[in-house]
Amino acid sequence: MALAGLFLIVFLVLHLAINLLLLKSDGGVAYMKAVGFMTSNPLIKIMEIFLFGGFLIHILIGIIIQIYNWMARPKRYRVEGFSHTSFFSKYMIHTGAIILVFLTIHFVNFYFKKLGWVAPPEGVEREDFYQMALLLFSSKFYSVLYIILMVFLGFHLNHAFQSAFQTLGLNHSKYTPFVKGLGTAYSIVVPLGFALIPLIILISK
Amino acid sequence: MNFTLKIWRQKNARSKGRFVTYKISDISPNCSFLEMLDQLNEQLVAKNEEPVAFDHDCREGICGTCSLYVNGHPHGPDAAVTTCQLHMRKFKDGDTIIIEPWRARPFPVIKDLIVDRSAFDEIIQAGGFISVNTGGIPDANAILISKSDADYSMDAAACIGCGACVAACKNASAMLFVSAKVSHLALLPQGKIEAAARVQAMVKKMDDLGFGNCTNTGACEAECPKQISITNIARMNREFLTAKVCTQKKRVMAGGGI
Ligand code: SF4
Ligand code: FES
Repeated sequence: MALAGLFLIVFLVLHLAINLLLLKSDGGVAYMKAVGFMTSNPLIKIMEIFLFGGFLIHILIGIIIQIYNWMARPKRYRVEGFSHTSFFSKYMIHTGAIILVFLTIHFVNFYFKKLGWVAPPEGVEREDFYQMALLLFSSKFYSVLYIILMVFLGFHLNHAFQSAFQTLGLNHSKYTPFVKGLGTAYSIVVPLGFALIPLIILISK
Repeated sequence: MNFTLKIWRQKNARSKGRFVTYKISDISPNCSFLEMLDQLNEQLVAKNEEPVAFDHDCREGICGTCSLYVNGHPHGPDAAVTTCQLHMRKFKDGDTIIIEPWRARPFPVIKDLIVDRSAFDEIIQAGGFISVNTGGIPDANAILISKSDADYSMDAAACIGCGACVAACKNASAMLFVSAKVSHLALLPQGKIEAAARVQAMVKKMDDLGFGNCTNTGACEAECPKQISITNIARMNREFLTAKVCTQKKRVMAGGGI
């Protein structure tokens, strides 16, 4: 869970870096160059398998653990949940499910089109992610949905980051406060970075 | 002080159970929570009704026998105390107090507010000990232990095995308890010898018994009457992972040991 999660956390940074190239006003040259590299480099191809594996493991283990955890308390309390806790940790399965729904839409929008499973929008090449992204973000509805989703991603990541370290036993009186701080910063900066793209497109229209 | 109590009543392990409401008055604010229940029981007995069954023993916060999930908190709303050390002045006059037993699959209700916590004993039996030969008392300075290790070990050893961590956890996970028991031994030279086998055996037992998994939510730490820290959970995870990776295959040998 933690290892797959950490892997996904690293992946998100890379994904964000490429996405931010969308904002470069060069007609998508830099962005498509990065996309081209990501889709053709053999090393990245191998990483892609790991990535899908990482997602699958993270989702499957997440669901299985959740079911076991529900089973561990067959009879619930009448008054529940008044203990002081890490707030977002209580809703990881819910924020996770929301992210999964988005991920599916995301796949239909991009990856499946590249594979040819879903027809790309009219006048757009199968691999022209730049046009596809711009087209999607030109819809107000999609952009707002995307931004809301990023908020939930932030909630998920907020607990995830430091939790992964704790699960791996990486706890230290000197470094844990730093890890926690870094986790909070990460959970704000990364989703904000993603959300910035539709936001800027929305505003500049 | 006057209170309305809603108490979980359940005749035995098989019966269904329900909440019953009682009114109680003239309670001293200096009364402990259990003394308040004693008074309720006296009144019930006088009325020829079945008294409320609840666990207690030392009544001084050291044995871990008392339990009770009070208004959404194991051991009640006060921090770092057991139910027997909780005073009625922590409540407001006229409050409604909801009292439930610990809820977890490995802690079945036996009667009313009493649950069977022998699952914890089974975890200790799986490895929460050190194997030493009996004999003369060793010299106190024969084994040197650093002050900081001794302190961390003592902090973990403060766990009284009450089960509030399981009761508080949204997943009914026993990680705080088990990690305290793993830690207080793993930190000391006497405990290091069997550390790898111990952590694996205790974690396995915990999982087999049906406790939930840790999601690092932290409710256990917030409710633990002995303020056991979740850094112990990280230590146990560390011990567990290294033990899994590094231990040799088991050799078949004659004799005992774990
Ligand atoms: S860790 Fe704390 S809450 Fe859990 S059994 Fe020990 S003393 Fe009780
Ligand atoms: S009765 Fe012993 S700790 Fe409460």
